[in-house]
Parts: sequence; C-alpha cells; structure tokens
Amino acid sequence: MNDRSDRNTPNDRSGQSTHEEASTPNDRSEGNERSEGTGRDTRGRLRLDRQAQAALLFLLGAAVLHAGWTDLHLRYVKAGLRPLLLLSGAVLIATAAATVWYERRHASPADHHPEPRVSWLLALPLLALILVAPPALGSYSAIHTGTALQKPFGFPDLPARGPLRLGVGDYAARAVYDDGRHLRDRPLTLTGFVALDRDGAPYLVRMTLNCCAADAQPVKIALTGEIPPVLRPDGWLEVTGTYSPRRTKDPVNDGPVPYLEVTAARPVPPPADPYDDTGSG
Amino acid sequence: MAITEPAPDGAGPVEEPRRPDSPLLLTLALLTAVMFQDSIRGALAAPVMQSWTTVFVAVVVQALPFLVLGVLLSAAIAVFVPPSFFARALPGRPALAVPVAGAAGAVLPGCECASVPVAGAMMRRGVTPAAALTFLLSAPAVNPIVLTATAVAFPGEPRMVLARFVASLLAACAMGWLWHRLGRTDWLRPPARSAHEGRSRGAAFWGSVRHDVTHAGGFLVVGAMAAATLKAVVPAEWLRAAAGQPVLSVLALAALAVLLSICSEADAFVAASLTQFSLTARLTFLVVGPMVDLKLFALQAGTFGRAFALRFAPATFALAVAVSVLTGAVLL
Repeated sequence: MNDRSDRNTPNDRSGQSTHEEASTPNDRSEGNERSEGTGRDTRGRLRLDRQAQAALLFLLGAAVLHAGWTDLHLRYVKAGLRPLLLLSGAVLIATAAATVWYERRHASPADHHPEPRVSWLLALPLLALILVAPPALGSYSAIHTGTALQKPFGFPDLPARGPLRLGVGDYAARAVYDDGRHLRDRPLTLTGFVALDRDGAPYLVRMTLNCCAADAQPVKIALTGEIPPVLRPDGWLEVTGTYSPRRTKDPVNDGPVPYLEVTAARPVPPPADPYDDTGSG
Repeated sequence: MAITEPAPDGAGPVEEPRRPDSPLLLTLALLTAVMFQDSIRGALAAPVMQSWTTVFVAVVVQALPFLVLGVLLSAAIAVFVPPSFFARALPGRPALAVPVAGAAGAVLPGCECASVPVAGAMMRRGVTPAAALTFLLSAPAVNPIVLTATAVAFPGEPRMVLARFVASLLAACAMGWLWHRLGRTDWLRPPARSAHEGRSRGAAFWGSVRHDVTHAGGFLVVGAMAAATLKAVVPAEWLRAAAGQPVLSVLALAALAVLLSICSEADAFVAASLTQFSLTARLTFLVVGPMVDLKLFALQAGTFGRAFALRFAPATFALAVAVSVLTGAVLL
C-alpha cells in the first residue's frame, strides 16, 4: 500500500523510485518532499483526514443533489445546468463512498493523508445551501446594476387585439426599440418584483441570468399611473397597465427605461424560476 | 498545499501524532452551525449580505459541476492515459507543441475551472509545462460554447467573435513561449499525488478525484468569496467615470474581469451590457477574464503552488491586455 508514502521521510524516497511521477521530467523531488512533509501532520493541525473528507464530500454531494432536484438551484443558476448539477452531486457521493470503501479495505489507522486546511472551507457553501439558502437576487442588486436592455434580433408578431401577457424584458424591448407597435391601446399584464431607487421612484424588474447569479442583470420598467400606495421592495407584483411612450434613463448606465401606465396591481408569490422572464410566470 | 507551512521536523517515525479527530470536529462544527442557524440567518438578512451570499453560493454551484468534470477528466488522464500518448500527440519541440496545445484547447468545452486540473494532469503525464500552460489559458476562451455565447451576446458585431478567438489564442501561445524561454521549473510545484503504484486503478482514480475535489474545491470557495465581495462592493459609478478615457477604460475593464471572476461562458453577456465602453475595452474584458481572475488565481495557487501563481498571473494579465489592444486596433 503505497499510501504509506505519506509517512515517508525524505530519506525514504529511494524506496519509492517506482513512483510513476518520478519518471516525468517535470517532477522535482523537492515538490514531492514538501507535499509529503505537509501530508504527515505531526503537530495536530486541524486537517481533514480521509474520513472527514468523505463526510464533507457526501454532504456536499447531497446538498447539490437536493438543490438540483428541487427548484432551489433556479435561484442561482440557469435551469440548463440541472443535469450537470445532478451528475456532479452523484459523482461527489460516489467519491465519498469509494473513499470509505478503499479505506476499509486497505487502511491502517496511520496512513491518513490530510488535505490542507483550505479544504475546510468546503463546509461554507454546504452550510449556506442547507441553512441559509439565500434568495434570488432582488432589488438591492437591481438598483446597483444598470439595465441590460438590448435590441433583440426581431419582434415576433403578437395577437392583434385583446389583453396580453408579456415578460418585463419583452415589454421593455418592444417599447424602446419597436415604438410599442403592438402594445398600444390594450391591457398588458407583466410580472416582476418591485425596486425603489434612491428617490423612491418605483420600478418593475426582472433579473436575467446568462450563467449564474454572479452575472445577473436587471431589465427595468418605470411605473407610473395608479401605483399601489405601499410598495415593498422585492415584493412580486402582477401589474396590469397600458403602454406609455414616456422614457427615462437608468441612472447607473444611462440605459433606456420605458414607462408603464399602471391600472391595477396585485401581489403574487415569487415564480418558481425568478429569472425566467418569458411572460408566462 | 503551498498555502500551509510544511511541518519542519521531518525525520524519524513519529508514532502517534496528536491529531485532533477531524471527523468529530467537522460534526461539531456543523451541529453548532445548525444550532445557531437563526442568528446566522439574522446576520445575513441585510440586503448587502444577502446579495453577497447569493452570489457566493451561485459562483460555487455554477463552478462545482465544471470542477468535478475537470477533476474526473484529469483523474482519467492521470490513471488511464499513458504518458506515451501525449508524446505522440504533441510535437517534440516545445516551441511547436505550444500552438498545438493552444488549438487543442478548443475541444474542452467548459469554463476555466475545468481546465486547471486537466492542465495539471497533462503536466504530470509528461507534457512540457509550456504546452500545458498554453492549454490552460486557451481552453476556457476558444472552445465552441464560449464562442457561440459571444456571437449571441454581440449580435451586431461578428468581428467580436473573431477578435476574441484570435486574441485569446495569441495571448495563450505567447504566454506558452514566454514560459518556455523564461519559466523555471522550480517555480512550478508539480501537482503532488500520492503514488499510484501498488494500488488498483480504481483506488488511484477515486483517490485522485477525492484529492482534487477537496483541494481545488477549497480554493474555489476562496475565489467565490472574493468575487462575491467585489460584486457587492465595487460601485458602478466608478466604471462610468473610467469609460470616457480610452486607456483607462481598457485597464478598468481588464481589472474588472479579474475581480468579477465570471465564468467564461457568461462573460460575453456582461461585456455586451457594458455599452458605455469601447469595443477594444470590452475585448480586453473577454480575453483577460478566462485567463486571469480571482477564482482562477486561487485554483492555480492550489494546484501549481503560490510561487507559480504569483509570477504567472501578472505576466498573463499584462500580455493579455497588450494582445487585446493590438487585436482590437487591427480587427475592431
């Protein structure tokens, strides 16, 4: 069992010249000595031994599986990452199981190979996922980030008349870049969360994701008309209103922000995917 | 392991070190956290902290699958691919192996977290460091997924895709050649691995996966914390001030790419939204981001050693900025 190299002193290196890395030209003996020196921990530093690593990997894998299985992952990443999340959760659990299995088959109590202390940090995302499960990004990020409205490739035709349910991004793009062609004189329904800027002006916002919440960007619509008297930031609203040709500029990046003339608003529960803005939610 | 000090007293068989029982400690730490979960939640309720936690969790959740994928691939290379494969696949002369490795980066579809363990495994299998490092730099930037994302993010600017491809490949190769000329192997700690000999392939494979995930995963967490902090702290007004001046805008976006540590599959969308900046400045953002960022720096320091990362990252940064500006001047 060559795992015992953990406990080898540098002088013992001759005994492991069959060590396959030793044959590669890039391998330097000093590098190996250092790592083996750290691996053997004589001072009782707080290192993770293999059992603790297996436990941590198992818990992390279970947390990732749980997040992938439920809608929890939609707060942080795109829905498309789900298969990869489930796969990586399964791999983590398999790694934990394999570690325990090979430990039981081969190990003597002494040949644990502790990892550096930085590995303890893996407990942080685990705790954050299990205990805190932070919410999707909301009004704080929306106000501190400029609107990400971009001119789309084209505008698919909408039904000619009647009430319409639109996404926030769809409304903003059609209002700004299509002069509200299909939007005039008809009731429109949009769902988003409320954000108030520094002056207290209300916006209806959807955040959009490209990969994960670190790159989330808001699309904002300024609200006017019959706005509810009390607006709670981060509260989700289903707003019904009409097109308004008025525009304003986002104070953060000078991006275009269209207005919506509100006629009615009612609070709704947050949608399952807070970032998915296709107008259905 | 370079982060922690090695225990100096190496000689002699130490029979029973006073090692605290780490499974027990782990259990206690987790239970304590569960006990105080209400106060933890209360402390994280402020909007800044909440968005910090969300971004932190998001970066980890997003990067972990790619890290696991890269670790599986690197374990497979380390255990199942014989060194002779790379000797045959890559030209013998390092100067020629560098561009080949750079172009080979196009076949690893993923973001930068996957390329670090794979480059480490290549080095262990005898690939010359210059070529492995070129692969490390080019793989996250020139693969088809990233280029497609760039095309989607810049619908009106197809030259942006070409410019990104050319600039990333050039910068990666230039860095490989630079390492070949100036790099010293003693800066580079080859990724340590307990020996495989005498172990079954299964044991070696899973041992490698376990080692790499716990090791690189810890550094990934460090990088995610740094990225979340900067995302929460850097005020957008600073960027507006910088956008007006051509030189400052390039440097500001290069620095932003390092600080934000956005995954390379998504950075094009962020770059597209930075409309107040010139195309060259945004190209710099796209070229620097996948090569140097906080998350990547932490991963490199963990895999190749701190001495390496401290030299490699600034050199890459300078080179990537220079190549982007030149490419931008020619192509954009």
